[in-house]
Amino acid sequence: MSILRFHLNDRPIEDAEVPPTTTLLNYLRQRAHLTGTKEGCAEGDCGACTVVVLDAETDPAAPRFRAVNACLMFVPMVQGRRVYTIEGLRQNGALHPAQAAMVERLGSQCGYCTPGVVMAAFEACYREDLHEPWQLDDQMCGNLCRCTGYRPIRDAVHMVAGTCPEDLFKRRRAEATPAALEFVRASAGRCYMQPTSLAALWAAIAERPQARLVCGGTDLALLVTQRYQDLPELIALEGVPELRGVGRAADGWFEIGATTTLTDLEAACMGPLRPLTPLLRILRYFASRQIKHRATVGGNLCNASPIGDLAPALIALGAQVVLRSAAGARTLPLEQFFLAYRKTALQPGEVLAAVRVPEPSPGARMAAYKVSKRRELDISAVAAGLYVETCPEGLVTEVRAAFGGMAATPARARGLEAALRGKPWTEATVEAALPALAGDFKPMTDHRGSAWFRGQVAENLVRGFYLETAATPRPDLPPRPAATVRLEVVP
Amino acid sequence: MTEVSQSPLGRPAVHESALGHVTGSARYVDDLPEPAGMLHGLPVGSPVARGRLVARRAERALAVPGVHAVLFAADVPGHNRIGPIVHDEPLLAEDEVFAEGQVVALVLGDSVAACRAGAKALELEFEELPAILTIAEALEAGSLLAPPHEMRRGDVAGAMARAAVIVEGELHTGGQDHFYLETQATLAFPGENDTLHLESSTQHPTEVQVACAEVLGCARNQIVVSVPRMGGAFGGKESQASQFAALAALGARHTGRPVKVWLSRDLDMTMTGKRHPFWSRYRAGLDARGRLLALEVELVADGGWSVDLSPAILDRGMFHLDNGYFVPNLRFVGKAVRTNKASNTAFRGFGGPQGMAVIEEVLSRAAERLGLDPAEIRRRNYYGDCPDEHGPENMVDVPVPDGEQTSAGASVISLVRARCLTPYYQEVPHCRLPRIHAELLARCDWEARRAEIAAWNARSPWQKRGLGFMPVKFGISFTNTMLNQAGALVLVYADGSVQLNHGGTEMGQGLHTKMVAVCAHELGVTTAQVRCMATATDKVPNTSATAASSGSDLNGMAVQAACAELRERVRPLAAELLGTGPEAVQFAGGAAHGPGGRSVQWSDLAKTAWMRRISLSAAGYYATPNIAYDRTVGRGKPFHYFAYGAAAVEVEISGLTGEHRISRVDILHDVGSSLLPTIDVGQIEGGFIQGVGWLTGEELVWDAKGRLLTHGPSTYKIPAIGDCPAIFNVALLERAEQDSTIHGSKAVGEPPLMLGLGVVSALRQAIAAFGPGEVELGIPCTPEAILRAVVKQRAAAVTRAADAAE
Ligand SMILES: Cc1cc2nc3c(=O)[nH]c(=O)nc-3n(C[C@H](O)[C@H](O)[C@H](O)COP(=O)(O)OP(=O)(O)OC[C@H]3O[C@@H](n4cnc5c(N)ncnc54)[C@H](O)[C@@H]3O)c2cc1C
Ligand code: FES
Ligand code: FES
Repeated sequence: MSILRFHLNDRPIEDAEVPPTTTLLNYLRQRAHLTGTKEGCAEGDCGACTVVVLDAETDPAAPRFRAVNACLMFVPMVQGRRVYTIEGLRQNGALHPAQAAMVERLGSQCGYCTPGVVMAAFEACYREDLHEPWQLDDQMCGNLCRCTGYRPIRDAVHMVAGTCPEDLFKRRRAEATPAALEFVRASAGRCYMQPTSLAALWAAIAERPQARLVCGGTDLALLVTQRYQDLPELIALEGVPELRGVGRAADGWFEIGATTTLTDLEAACMGPLRPLTPLLRILRYFASRQIKHRATVGGNLCNASPIGDLAPALIALGAQVVLRSAAGARTLPLEQFFLAYRKTALQPGEVLAAVRVPEPSPGARMAAYKVSKRRELDISAVAAGLYVETCPEGLVTEVRAAFGGMAATPARARGLEAALRGKPWTEATVEAALPALAGDFKPMTDHRGSAWFRGQVAENLVRGFYLETAATPRPDLPPRPAATVRLEVVP
Repeated sequence: MTEVSQSPLGRPAVHESALGHVTGSARYVDDLPEPAGMLHGLPVGSPVARGRLVARRAERALAVPGVHAVLFAADVPGHNRIGPIVHDEPLLAEDEVFAEGQVVALVLGDSVAACRAGAKALELEFEELPAILTIAEALEAGSLLAPPHEMRRGDVAGAMARAAVIVEGELHTGGQDHFYLETQATLAFPGENDTLHLESSTQHPTEVQVACAEVLGCARNQIVVSVPRMGGAFGGKESQASQFAALAALGARHTGRPVKVWLSRDLDMTMTGKRHPFWSRYRAGLDARGRLLALEVELVADGGWSVDLSPAILDRGMFHLDNGYFVPNLRFVGKAVRTNKASNTAFRGFGGPQGMAVIEEVLSRAAERLGLDPAEIRRRNYYGDCPDEHGPENMVDVPVPDGEQTSAGASVISLVRARCLTPYYQEVPHCRLPRIHAELLARCDWEARRAEIAAWNARSPWQKRGLGFMPVKFGISFTNTMLNQAGALVLVYADGSVQLNHGGTEMGQGLHTKMVAVCAHELGVTTAQVRCMATATDKVPNTSATAASSGSDLNGMAVQAACAELRERVRPLAAELLGTGPEAVQFAGGAAHGPGGRSVQWSDLAKTAWMRRISLSAAGYYATPNIAYDRTVGRGKPFHYFAYGAAAVEVEISGLTGEHRISRVDILHDVGSSLLPTIDVGQIEGGFIQGVGWLTGEELVWDAKGRLLTHGPSTYKIPAIGDCPAIFNVALLERAEQDSTIHGSKAVGEPPLMLGLGVVSALRQAIAAFGPGEVELGIPCTPEAILRAVVKQRAAAVTRAADAAE
């Protein structure tokens, strides 16, 4: 039976009693009596609960601070780790630079968002990859402030981002070693198991066949914090190293481990996964830094949400999923993984182990788009992943057009694809093919947009794709784009 | 050492709680150490928009472990009805429910989780009744909350007949959730002899006190309400904190234990009222140069299920139908309707933004018809003399009776001729908009950028830019005259340290910071010597809400009065110690100074004063002079003065997706002689972005049964950091001292919110670049609304091209 052990502001904590589905936020406020960390929503969308975790597991050679939403983490998710809260930043009475900058720039008015803002800025202090002003918005978009209008917050973060002060925290980071994540708490009808090997995972699943899987918890924890459900049996995947990381298989396909976080995926998209430009593009406006630190590729796909953002991009790229169980592994095209609304092809005992993506052909045109009410930290009204290959004569030889928000699952627009395939890739072909979309999807009306809007946007994204890729086949996004499609001035 | 150089006024200042904010040590109600035996109170709301409550059984809920009690209306010992203007809101539902989320029961338990389990086990049965869910349905059913309010002047029909352009239509503006980061919270401690102390997150501690006293059936002196600070309020904790505080009080009285009522985000958004959605029908006549000749508006506010502050909000909406423009002939009719939704309430601007949105729509449409620059048409209509544009010919066409006078005793006809009389017959002296307009246009390079944008748009078929303009004139004072009063209590201890109490509450706006500065200035001490205390009803009684942007205007005067009295009390003593005459003593920087560089420390002065038995505490009081309004005739002087500002906003939109981005904003705002410029700039920036949120991404959606679908930040999108423009220039108008206000300053809380309407002006410009004809843009301007408008514009362009080809 594991005891919950972690370091809170460098003090060791041991707790044998706390129920494992207690959120870190409630633990901090109610059991540790640290009330600096606030609850603004309990759904990961405001950032008032932001704390920082020191992560040496992802890359032991380069430990990192990660700002996370304490409201969506169950306490075993920090097992063995170091957690810092707003109360832990002052050293010998002196403000941390992130705190001092917020005072100096008048970054707080009512102050309720401030602890979370400071913690996200704290992470920014120690990031070495912040070079562009737009990246600061990306870093901070998970922190809502209703008072300031953000200008002073932006200024404060600008002052400190990437400064890497020579302080205790930097030393802690340098000294960090991978945490012992293993956690097992089990009794009749209840368990929380966080195995740290594939073998132990299969054993746990065999022992508790009813248990639900959890990885980052950014989706699952909402059942507890929003629906007030009891999750009696949970098996956590994040400690299993075999399911994590990005690489290249013997056949040349890219392989993305299911428990790879979206931050790590994003970083890989600027490195080994660079050819997969649509992924990087869709990740630019995906949740917030805090969420991306926890959210995983596997969780995003296994949700089987019709508005999950990775699916359209990955389907367009021709991705496959690898499903594993104690008995072995099988591979499916991603689009066949989604059976119905929030229903996947996973069989009992199976986990999604990895996503495989082929290297796109050199001349292929591809992009991914996302339209939502707010650009940052919002769920798609419509998302699209588009991929077109043409032969030297200019005819479409391969086309994959996948959409989110248009049907009960992420889905390909088969009619549209058929109308494009074999035709010359011209504006006239695109215009002639677009009416087929109306046959592919009957989108619904909800608070994110009407059926009319979804239909119109889906069409326009294909138009935009044509125009955008006319100049560059794999267009990147500019720093602060006005829209998901990059068309400031037409080619 | 001169007094001026030592005063904190007008100097850069940081928020007085900034250190607490950034270290997490600033405490909000939910952060206070929980007293032993404390229970949590969870309000349980109606699941239906309207229905008869046919059964309420608590047995199963009471059987849930950790649940202590379940309270219904019958458990209220005093009055069950509360409400700020009319007592029409049952604290706990009686036989009928009128909105989703209307509180039916209070579950008291050891933990929030126990309360939630208890709430689930509660057996409530409703018989659903037909509900009124829209303004149109309410108007049809004649469901009004108060008698209509009317303003009129001149001859509308005659002026319309002469107009070169008639603009008519309807406008909807949506609601807006306050989304203060800290949700509603109150902690109630029962004391001896049935007394009660509450720590409450409220803008209006007195109203909480009154509600608790009435609900418990006791005198007000039995209740003390204290406000540590709020994590934002924006009007949402003006009247609506009372209900949840009263529930905590009820629970504490019932169980004899401390009770905390705190709302989760979803409960808060479901149960509390929002900015009023408004609908209006308007008809305007303008001359060929775009000057308003007549305006007729029917303005209707959706008040939700109870009166709350709706009549006052409607009034302010009507008071701002003119914004900064002279309207010669007019007829405005205002109505507040009752619907089966959460009761809508105060929200920064208090109806003003909704009123202004109407005339801005009129001018935008007229400009599009006349091919005028959006700034220019506005300039032509400002109050005051504009000799180059406004010949006398307009004026004589306003038939007003000879010899008629305003309530302030001025001649109506001469004010009309001078174009400086509002629709409610208050004079607008020295309208600052023409000056602000000229300065802002120069600062933001208006003409050159308009040309650049036009050239850029010509090259960009799918993405367009627009430059919009928005001036604001906003009336300052509570329009209910009685509320314009404030008090302060200043205590000086014998070590010279000062406790400052005043009636205003701190919600982030920097009021305490300003009051500390006013106090320090007046006593000649340093701000470090002054501690601003939690606002409490046992320090300053009978306070008004901290609202209507009036916090520093009213409380500042009261603080000044109290401090001046204290200072004058010790002046003779200081003179004696300095060996000089009283008039030669200067108080500054923590000391009293005499001629020849002699000085005595404030701390020594305080100690000596105590030993000499000079009283070191004083109360101050202030009531705004010379304001009054008669709603029955729609005339008076409701405002002490007007605050002004203007914004130039540049946007870029996508004609494919309807997305937009604000690329640059320039604001020039009039805060009089700023008490603390850094604080004021923060209010302007924050207010502007909040206004932009209301007009763009913040969309409240209900289902067909009146249940709110957007009750959390996952579905309700307030601006995020990326919505803050990359270029955001805010300047304060210089040489702008205001008469008879605290140190010549002006209120700043609300006016900047309306500058956000500049984004609508800019979006319209960008949309218009897609095709000919008037823009039809719905509010809020979501990507969907923008895309609809673009589709219409593009279709018009196609038609025009086809016509041209024929
Ligand atoms: C504030 C916020 C913003 C968000 N924004 C976006 C967004 O912009 N776009 C978007 O697409 N999504 C968004 N999401 C949804 C969510 O974050 C993602 O779907 C995320 O990728 C889920 O990953 P996770 O590891 O946290 O999943 P978890 O919550 O741990 O799990 C989700 C589900 O998947 C199952 N599961 C997880 N991993 C596996 C596996 N390897 N094998 C089998 N089953 C598994 C779990 O059992 C569970 O049912 C957002 C969520 C929040 C809270
Ligand atoms: S409380 Fe809002 S993100 Fe956690
Ligand atoms: S300072 Fe109030 S929410 Fe940010």
